[in-house]
Amino acid sequence: MGKYVVKRVLLAILTIFVISVITFFAMNAIPGGPFNKEKATSPATQAALEARYNLDKPVPVQYVLYMKRLFQGDLGVSLKNGREIKDIVGESFPISAQIGLTAALVAIVLGLILGSTAALMRNRWPDRVIVFLITLITAMPSFVMATLLLYFFCMKLGWVPAFTAGSNNIVLPVIALSFSPMAYITRLTKTSMLDALGQDYIRTARAKGVAQLKVIFVHGLRNALIPVITYVGPMIGGILTGSMVVESIFNIGGLGSKFVSGITNRDYTMIMATTMFLAFIMVFANLVTDIVYKIIDPRIKLD
Amino acid sequence: MAKDLKRAPFSAQVDLSKFHMEDFDQATEEEKRQQEVMGESTTFFKDGMRRLRRNPLAMGSIVVLILIIAVCLLAPKIVPYGYADIMKGSNNLGPFEYSAAELAKIDAGEEVFPHIFGTDSLGRDYFIRVVYGARVSLGVGIFASLLVLIIGLLYGSISGYMGGRVDMYMMRVVDIIYSLPDMLLIILLAVVLNETLAPKIQGTVLAKLGVNMISLFIVFGLLYWVSMARLIRGQILTIKQNEYVLAAKCIGTSTPRIIRRHILPNCLSVIIITTALQIPSAIFTESYLAFVGLGVSAPMPSLGSLANEARGGLQTYPLRLFFPALTICLIVLALNLLGDGLRDAFDPKLSR
Repeated sequence: MGKYVVKRVLLAILTIFVISVITFFAMNAIPGGPFNKEKATSPATQAALEARYNLDKPVPVQYVLYMKRLFQGDLGVSLKNGREIKDIVGESFPISAQIGLTAALVAIVLGLILGSTAALMRNRWPDRVIVFLITLITAMPSFVMATLLLYFFCMKLGWVPAFTAGSNNIVLPVIALSFSPMAYITRLTKTSMLDALGQDYIRTARAKGVAQLKVIFVHGLRNALIPVITYVGPMIGGILTGSMVVESIFNIGGLGSKFVSGITNRDYTMIMATTMFLAFIMVFANLVTDIVYKIIDPRIKLD
Repeated sequence: MAKDLKRAPFSAQVDLSKFHMEDFDQATEEEKRQQEVMGESTTFFKDGMRRLRRNPLAMGSIVVLILIIAVCLLAPKIVPYGYADIMKGSNNLGPFEYSAAELAKIDAGEEVFPHIFGTDSLGRDYFIRVVYGARVSLGVGIFASLLVLIIGLLYGSISGYMGGRVDMYMMRVVDIIYSLPDMLLIILLAVVLNETLAPKIQGTVLAKLGVNMISLFIVFGLLYWVSMARLIRGQILTIKQNEYVLAAKCIGTSTPRIIRRHILPNCLSVIIITTALQIPSAIFTESYLAFVGLGVSAPMPSLGSLANEARGGLQTYPLRLFFPALTICLIVLALNLLGDGLRDAFDPKLSR
């Protein structure tokens, strides 16, 4: 166990190292450097900025200093409006986190319910309906889903006000974000539930007269949960990156829409900083998932 | 035959009386036919195709895909509009509507090709734009998958076949790439490559393809091959334990030849299935990038960028979103179902 955790932590550190190297060299590769000369800053400002960000030092030294700043929480300054990216992230990330975590929760709960229903009603109409819907959802990119929701519920039916900046109405974005992970979890739950229900211990439980519901929830679903848990880490990553598009469609001021506007404005420091920030979170989520996975199912071979 | 010869009672001599001369005649044609095997012999490929043909969903998706590809190939030849042709006065037409100038032409007895999906805000025929968008999406999907296939195949087969320390190091690299947040890096690399590549390829053939496309392929080549490499390595690890590989080694077959002749053909089904399922995911990635503005360069449409452009006029022209969105969904749905069908047909062990 200890060895496993150490190994995972090392891999996570290595991953973050690789990401930081890629980000750093990507930043350096852009002609003109992170401080755009077209912005007509005075030579003095230019020199001050270069000194502050150590652009006059050799590249490896710059990397070390960059990492040091990063760990001190200094993400740099936005090229677009000169604001500290730390502040931008600080105010926009909670919005994204709220939507993302709600979407993750919705996806897990609905996915588990639909998946177990499909498994229990195998080859009957509920199963067929669920499989049909899941197949459709899987074929739909998140931006199509989001725009369709926006069109029908905001513009046609008028149930939800459209384009409320910094809105507290998170229903539609949550639906748009949760659909595709929900489809995946449903599929996963169905497979593992069918697998679990075919096991001998289920037959034993039934034979000794355990109530049907208890068999399904305690003996079946509990064992079927394991593959679903492994998906939670990657799902958080997927939702975080998926939220960029969804947020900019619904015009929510979350981190994702900041990232997209960073791309359209060619605001490099913003792109780099957001990439690093989101990558940290994703690697951390994966690490936690790997370790939790090992704790809840000790049968898993250490590799 | 000497029938009247007397045999000694316990003789070990062959009892000739039990034989008939007819038994030694040549077989007639009819008798020969009885010996023939009833079913025709089948190959792995034929067997899989037979199973695939029995799957209505997979066959349906093949038909849909063929239709889409046919439209993609033929429409530019039939429709007289180009994807970047701006027609003055025919902005924002609905499906099968004509502009005033075109109506005048029709009245004068000229043939005007209808705008099947209408036109966009600049007066470009929307049908041909969607067709070109689908071409871009399909092309990107197929080429990106082939790229992934080639890199993954090379890497996976070397790693799996060499084994030991080489395998360990190669797989660590895969582990790291696998745990990188792919979408973030794709966006990052696409942005950076856009800046750095654009001046370098100015005026070459590559410039025609567009910097965004090239960076997309580079990114795919850098990041997406790992799952393919993992899969192939796993296959090879099991296949190389087989006796026929040992036999080939004993007669001194060279390693590349063993990989080519004995190992790769045996993991063919996994390769086909994964490649088929890779195409829709590549199409997804491309449309996603196009949607955030990192897709093909401007006048050239892609399904993602069309959907993105349609967002502005969603209230008034919702159809402009529906056409590209529906096309993406149809293509991806058909490819997914076909991939599932291929998996069921060629790898019955994998089917759920």
